This record gives sequence, structure tokens and C-alpha cells, in this order.
Amino acid sequence: MQALRYARATSIDEAVRMLREGGETARVLAGGTDVIVQARERRRVIDLFVDIKHIPEVMALEYDPQHGLRVGAAVPLYRVYGDANVQRVYPALRAAAHVIGGKAIQGRASLGGNLSNASPAADSIPAMMALDGVAEIAGPNGRREMRVDEFCTGPGRNALQPGEFIVALRFPQPAPHSGQAWERFIPRNEMDIAVVNAACALTLAGDTVTAARVTIGAVAPTTIMVPAAVEALVGRRLTDDTIAAAGTAAKDAATPIDDMRGTVRQRKHLADVLVQRVVRAAAERARGN
Amino acid sequence: MVATPQKPAYKVIGTRPVRPDGVDKVTGRAAYGADVVLEGMLFGSILRSPHAHARIKRIDTSKALALPGVKAIITNADFPTQESGTLDLGEGSANPKWLVDNVLAGDKVLYHGHAVAAVAAVDWHTAEEALGLIDVEYELLPFVIDVREAMLAAAPILHHDLRTNVRARNADTPKDRETNIAMHMRVEKGDLDAGFAEADIVIEREFTTSQFHQGYIEPQNGTAHWNHDGQITVWTSTQGAFSVRDQVATLLGQPVAKIKVVPMEIGGGFGGKIPVYLEPVAALLSKKTGHPVKMWMSREAVFQATGPTSATWDRVKIGAKRDGTLVAADVSLCFAAGAYPGSAVGAGVLCALAPYAIPNQRIDGFDVVTNTPKTAAYRAPGAPAAEYAVEAVVDEIARALDMDPLDLRLKNAPDEGDTNSSGAPWPRIGAKAVITAIKESAHYNSEIQGEDVGRGIALGFWFNGGMESSSSVAVNPDGSVSLILGSTDIGGTRASLAMQLAETLGVPYEAIKPQVVDTDSVGYTAVTGGSRTTFAGGWVAYDLGQEIRKRLTERAARIWGVDVSAVTYNDDATITGTDKDGKAQRFTFEEICRRLPSTGGHIAVSAMSRRNTAGPAYAGHIADVKVDRETGKVTVLRYTAVQDVGTAIHPSYVEGQIQGGAAQGIGMALQEEYWYDDQGHLRNGSFLDYRMPVANDLPPIEVILVEVPNPGHPFGVRGVGEVPIVPPQAAIRNALRDAIGVNFYHTPVTPTRILDELLPRA
Repeated sequence: MQALRYARATSIDEAVRMLREGGETARVLAGGTDVIVQARERRRVIDLFVDIKHIPEVMALEYDPQHGLRVGAAVPLYRVYGDANVQRVYPALRAAAHVIGGKAIQGRASLGGNLSNASPAADSIPAMMALDGVAEIAGPNGRREMRVDEFCTGPGRNALQPGEFIVALRFPQPAPHSGQAWERFIPRNEMDIAVVNAACALTLAGDTVTAARVTIGAVAPTTIMVPAAVEALVGRRLTDDTIAAAGTAAKDAATPIDDMRGTVRQRKHLADVLVQRVVRAAAERARGN
Repeated sequence: MVATPQKPAYKVIGTRPVRPDGVDKVTGRAAYGADVVLEGMLFGSILRSPHAHARIKRIDTSKALALPGVKAIITNADFPTQESGTLDLGEGSANPKWLVDNVLAGDKVLYHGHAVAAVAAVDWHTAEEALGLIDVEYELLPFVIDVREAMLAAAPILHHDLRTNVRARNADTPKDRETNIAMHMRVEKGDLDAGFAEADIVIEREFTTSQFHQGYIEPQNGTAHWNHDGQITVWTSTQGAFSVRDQVATLLGQPVAKIKVVPMEIGGGFGGKIPVYLEPVAALLSKKTGHPVKMWMSREAVFQATGPTSATWDRVKIGAKRDGTLVAADVSLCFAAGAYPGSAVGAGVLCALAPYAIPNQRIDGFDVVTNTPKTAAYRAPGAPAAEYAVEAVVDEIARALDMDPLDLRLKNAPDEGDTNSSGAPWPRIGAKAVITAIKESAHYNSEIQGEDVGRGIALGFWFNGGMESSSSVAVNPDGSVSLILGSTDIGGTRASLAMQLAETLGVPYEAIKPQVVDTDSVGYTAVTGGSRTTFAGGWVAYDLGQEIRKRLTERAARIWGVDVSAVTYNDDATITGTDKDGKAQRFTFEEICRRLPSTGGHIAVSAMSRRNTAGPAYAGHIADVKVDRETGKVTVLRYTAVQDVGTAIHPSYVEGQIQGGAAQGIGMALQEEYWYDDQGHLRNGSFLDYRMPVANDLPPIEVILVEVPNPGHPFGVRGVGEVPIVPPQAAIRNALRDAIGVNFYHTPVTPTRILDELLPRA
């Protein structure tokens, strides 16, 4: 690791100014669980860290049944999964936040960081996409919003423009009779990177699916939505056949690679298995809501 | 605990006192290599090869040397030239020529991560930055990772001067051409053809095992100061301070008198902290700069460049009669040694069939160089892969004969007097006692329930080592006894050696003050390895205790004015007798110690022991597993390790060793492996992607201690640390066969490989 500068921002405007002045080699520092490692291992050239953890808005977690959930970009994961409203209303988000890293990491790492890092295997991204998340972004040209499912553009790449950073993530209040679930496959039981992960949010009217979002990760350059799985579910009664069709659609949508964490064959198969599992689990919850 | 009837009534042995180093370790006060801070200290860092195999055409250090703060840069050329030879490392040996080329590459880099040059700078960041300014011109060469490919005649050659050392009678292995096969050895007895002719069933299978790393939590480190008077001091994390001293002396061309090695506390070794990597480099950088130089490895460097095990390719053919008698075995083991010769295949050959008395057998072993890191010892080096393959075939024989796998093993287990693979008779061993204890265990007698669950068993054997240990004791006037040790304390040996001295003297454990010291402060002591330290160090403690008893008896006789024959040292550490007036006299241990200064002086004694009576160790493990057919994930439901431990000196530490070995073996069975890409680059050099089990990957590991005392030790000690890593791979593999009906022939059996078997063929 080379010597680098550290600056602490106490407002959004100050952070924007610091990032603009820092230029291309300035990076936002939230928990630092990705960027500090990247700097230490010289995977990125970083000359300036702009710490956003001292901006109140970025550290706030708010929920009300009207507006849904708003999580400041740097809120550490332990506050996300430890929040009673998140646990009750957004169990898929809770599940994903709960397994990223170990306890020490969860005290620092954030949803904003996990999204900005744009890893194809990121654990929180499938959940945030399934929950219809929106990123609030600040930058030199003021504020804008972007859907989470449009945010990542490739492995380690995102749609932020120079000087921009995520301020908060918003998730709408789920409709009545909705359920959601998130799962991943790892060879270990914790402290591991997903071979495949998946999430689903769906709404039921009786036994019929009226709305659904299905996502899979670690099977493409970014986490992907699976519209074909949604088509297989929406407007249909939830039977073993429709669930199997959703799984097959995920398998067909997956375009994974062979690497040290898994093979193409294994990952396509797991996309099928995990999507079936999250659809079943989401439906189970929907019936209880 | 399964106790043998003749076990003496010990007072200290078999209890579970607190370890002397415990408080410092749990409060963070214990000093490890990374804690060394010296006045004027510089920081050293190493440039590593980005290629698997390349000729070094040119190294230009000028830009790096010009960076402010950089004090020195060295390469292989800065070391004295080494001739071929043999340097004893305690557990294994090394050729100094290869050792120095591994420490800093000679004319070629032989694996991804091979050290090329070293920088000393005023701080760590400057040293790291300087590495990027060293310009190395490489000529890429074809490389070979796989041991099978490396053995082919057309394989890329690593060492053009290497010829096969053939230690096999009647073998047609060529001895006089360029090759990667460094050694072919053969051990045989009986008549193989006649044996197989007798067999009613013959099963022959081929196996491969991946490379595993020891995975110690503390990376390699070393700090060295080459003083202006020529004295060199090295502070390091090592399993053997004297082994480091001897290796550093050889590589630097210095007499051992010039070198003092200070062993720091060690954060795990498992065999991997016997060879030197950084110490001689730090010393040479210190010589060049006049400052102490501190170095340590990143985790990535630990994976890339320090000793993993061999990847292996093994073939096992065993013949049995219908009644289960094993009559013939033909075994071939091919071990990838890594970049330089010297795998553990020799030990693998001698261990492969040790759990069985098979009259006709032949075992071939091949030591093969590959473009991977030079392998190092790892807990029972060589045995896990060799015995895994044999235990898998034995299991298949039991199935084919429809016999209980334990009954088959019991029928063929060796007894005292049976001969081992090299024809020597076994001393008293616990093979049958272990199998019987498994048979009687609650685990083996429990039902397994559910779908896709299965149970497997496997045996394990390890020779254990004796080698040399030295110690000194000083008897203090307050009745305490200082015990000076040369052995790195990895598994609780301060406690286990103090306990044996306390038992010998008849004093409480708390009276003994053990301390591990540097190489100038105690006699030569071999490495903490080979499961030898509690055995050999215990012998020294016993000899020293006997000498103290003798001298205290003499002192009492002098005080009472009588001949020593009138004085008795009792097992409760009192000394009784009659004085010259015929009056009965008695000293407690404390009383006579208090009299020492005024009756002729304190008592101080040193001793060395080198005995070859280390008792071999047998183990048997039971594994219950459940397979998720959808994902290929394996859950280990229940696990029991049964082991003949001779005498458990400190049962908690014995159980800890067994649980640790089993945990590592389960990691090998299911998850761990080195993963190279098509460029020969190691891609998973981190704990994230080199998947050692974490705590919740393992069930509680139940331990059953069987005590068949070793007749070659005063307290019956057998080494216990290594053999528990031997059975897990086969126990799990055999359990998977039971669970899902699939025989696997490769470890680890990852979810990927399970799905490959379970999913319909494309």
C-alpha cells in the first residue's frame, strides 16, 4: 500500500467538492472493506479517500409504512439486519446483509459500498434488485435517482459519473400478500463468496402470482433480472410446474464462467435450484402476509 | 477414555492443569515474530515471479535503488555459491543448492510466486513501492503443474542436471536421462504374483489428491541483525530454532557459532515452519545495510511460496480371499515435490499399508518436480494421501465381500511381532485396540437415519519420531525447578514436559517452571515435528528428574552423615533415612531444597536424549455425512476420532491435537485445494478462496483415547499430533459412498465434483 490522503466530509456538498478536487484517483470511503483492500493490494490507484461516514444523512436508516425503507449508503450492515422493521418487512434484505463477511466486516460494510463495488457475486445486490430498490445519487450536477437494477454495468463497474456517489437506497413498502426471499450457495457455511445467489419478491392473489421480481447473481458480468422467470410465474397458479419453469428460465438466462469458485454446469444448475427455492420461500411468506 | 489395566497410578500425568503460557496468550502479551521491534530497524519485502517457469535474463535494480528510503536490494547472486549436499532439517532434509535457489531464485523462476529479489527500506510502504521499480526480464518457458504430465518423457524439464535416483531393485526406471522424476523407491516383501494368485477378489483403483496448505494463522516472518562484530541474531517463528540456525549458517557460509536464533511464539506450523524462507534474506540485507531487517509474508505469499503438500497420483491394487484375508497389495505413489526434489513420498510408501499385515506387497514411490511451490512437511507428511487410497480400496473390498468394514480391518490388523512393509517387526502397537474401541463406541453402534446420509470409517497410521532433545534444570531453594527447553511449544509442550518432570520428582506441576530459550542457551534440540516433542522431551525430563532425585539423595546422606544406601527418595518427594546416630530423619522436597545453598550449593543438571523407541500411532475415524443432492453440499453430521495415544500426559491437549488434525483432514476431504489457471498461476492464494473449514462447517469432534503404553518410554508416551490427519479423507469418502452410492477417486470431494457425478450427463 502506498501513502495516500484521507479527508472527512461532514456534508453532502463537502463530499462532492472533495471528490471533484480529488479527480480520478479519489474514492469514497464508507466502511472501506473493499476499497482499503483494493488500495493495499494495488488493484486500484487511490490517492484520496473521502470519508462519508460523518454525514448524518448517509448514516440514517428510516422506515415508515407510507414511504417504505430508506437506508443511508454508509449504514453498516449490522444496523440493517438488526433493525426490527427490516427484519419484519424486508426479510430478503436482512438475510443478505446478515451473511456478508463476518461480524467485524458487518460492523463496517454497507449496502452502498456493496452496490458501488459492483461485484457480480455481491450478496446484497440480488436482494436490492428484487425489492425494487432505487439509489439516490449526489454529484457535481446535484441529486438524481437510479434504479438498482440499472446501476451495475460490468464486473467492478457502475453507472456513477465522475464525482458522484450514492447517498441512500430506497425500497418501497411491499404490497399486501407479498413475500420475498434470498439465498446463496457457498461451499462453506459462512465467510465465503457466492457460487450463485438469487432473490425473489412476489405478490399472491389466492394461489395466483400477480407480480414478481426474480434475480440471480454470480452467473453473468452483473447480477441480472430474469424476466423469463417472471413470465413463468405471473398470472399463473403457483404449482410445482410453474416453479420449475421459473427455475429453468433462470438456468437459461445464466451465462456463467468456469473459475476457481465453480463451473458453468454447476452454476447453471444452481441458478435453477436456488430460484426454485427462493420462489417457494417467498410464496410461503406471502401466504402469511 | 479406554484405559489399559496395567496403567500406573500417576499423580500429575493424566490431569489437566493450566498451561504456563496461557495467560500471556489470552491477554495478547505473548511475543510473536511480528512483535519484534529493534532500534534502527529496516523493513524487507520480496519481489515474486509472475510466471510459472521462466529464465531470468536480467534484473535491473537501479530505479528501485534510486527511490528515497531504499537501503539495499539483494538477489540470489549475493549468497555464497552452494554445492549439492544434504542438510538435515529434522523432519525431512534439504539440498543447500536447492534451498538457496528457493529462498531467492537462481537462473530460473520455477513457480508463480517464486522469490526473485529482496528490498530493505526505511518503511514497509517504501519497500513495497521499490518492488514495482525492479525491472526483471524473463524468457518464458513451458511449464508443468500436473504430476502425471511431469512424468512424461516429453514434459518440460525443470532441472536439466536432474537424474532419477533409483532405489528400487528390478526396476527399469532410466537413470541417465533428463527427467522430472527425482527419485524412484521401492519397498517389497513376499511374493506378489503368488499372493494375487491366492486372491479370490482383486480390486485396483487409481486416485488423485490435490495440493493442501498447512494454513497456519501466523504468516512466516523473520528479523535478523548482522552485528558489526560478525554475530548474527535471528528472531523468527519456527518449529525448530536449531534447524533455522543450521540452515542460515549453511546458506550464509557462516559457522553456527556466529548465529543465535531466538524462537518467538508460534502461530501454528504443522510442518510448514521448518524450512527457512525469509531469515537468510533478512540476514543478508542486514549485512548490507548494517541495520536490523524485519520481514514478513502476506497471506498470498504464504500460499504461493511456502510449503503445501504434494498433489499426488496413486494406484492401489489389493487382493483378498473370500473370508476377508488380504493376501497381496501393489501400490504406486507419485508425489509432486514442487519446484525442487524432496516430497514426502518416502514416508507415504512406508505408511501406505501399515494398518494391515499383508504378506505379499510392493510399494513404489516417485518423487517428481513440478512448477509449483516446493512442498514442505505437513502433519504426518505423505501419509494422508497414501493411506487414503488404500483405505478406499479396502472399503470397496469389504463391500464386494459383503463384510462389515471394521471386521475386515480387524481381521487384517497387525500385532506386535508382525512385520511392517520393510520387514521389521512391529513393537507393541494399538492397531487392534483402536478397531475394537471403534466397534464398542456409541457412535458406531448408533443408527443413522434419513435420506442421502451415510457412514464411513478409515484407519490411519504414523510412525512418530524420536530424534534429539536437550534440557537443563535448576533446583531452586524454594522448592521450584526451572526447566529450560529448546523445543518450540506448539501443542502445549511446556505443560506436558513440566508434567513429566513433576511426575518423576513427585512434586506438584506448579513447582516446575518451564521456559523455551534461544539456541545459545540450551543444548541441541531437533524440531517440534514428527509428533516427537512430548516423547523425546519427556525422556529428557525423566532423565533429569532421576538425576535430581539421585543428587538430592546424596545431599541428604551428606547432611545426615551416612552412606546414600541408607537414604530413600520416596515417590511423594520426601527423603527418608536414618542419620549417623541411628535416628529416623525426613526431609520434604521444600526442606531439602531450602538447605541446598548452605550444604554444598544449588543443583543444576543438563541432559540430552536421542532414543529411537518412539511408539507408532494408530487411529480410526467414524464419519456420518448427509448430501444435498440438489447442490452437492455435504454436511458432516457426526465425527468421532479414536486413537491409541500411549499415555495421555495432558488429555485436553491430546484431544485438542486430535480434533485439530481431524478438522484439517475434513478440510482436505471436502473443500481445500490449490487452484491453478491455464497459465500456471495460483488463483486462490487467500483464505477466502482456499476454503479451510470454518467452525460451523464442522460438527463437534468426539474423541476416544485408547491407551496402549509405549514400552519405549518411561511413561508410555506415543506421539499424538500427526496421525489424526490421516483417516479423515478416506472416512468421509467412504461415508459418501454409503450416502449416495458413488465412489469418488479424487480429494477434495467438492460440491462441484459431487454435482458432476449426480447430474445427468450432458
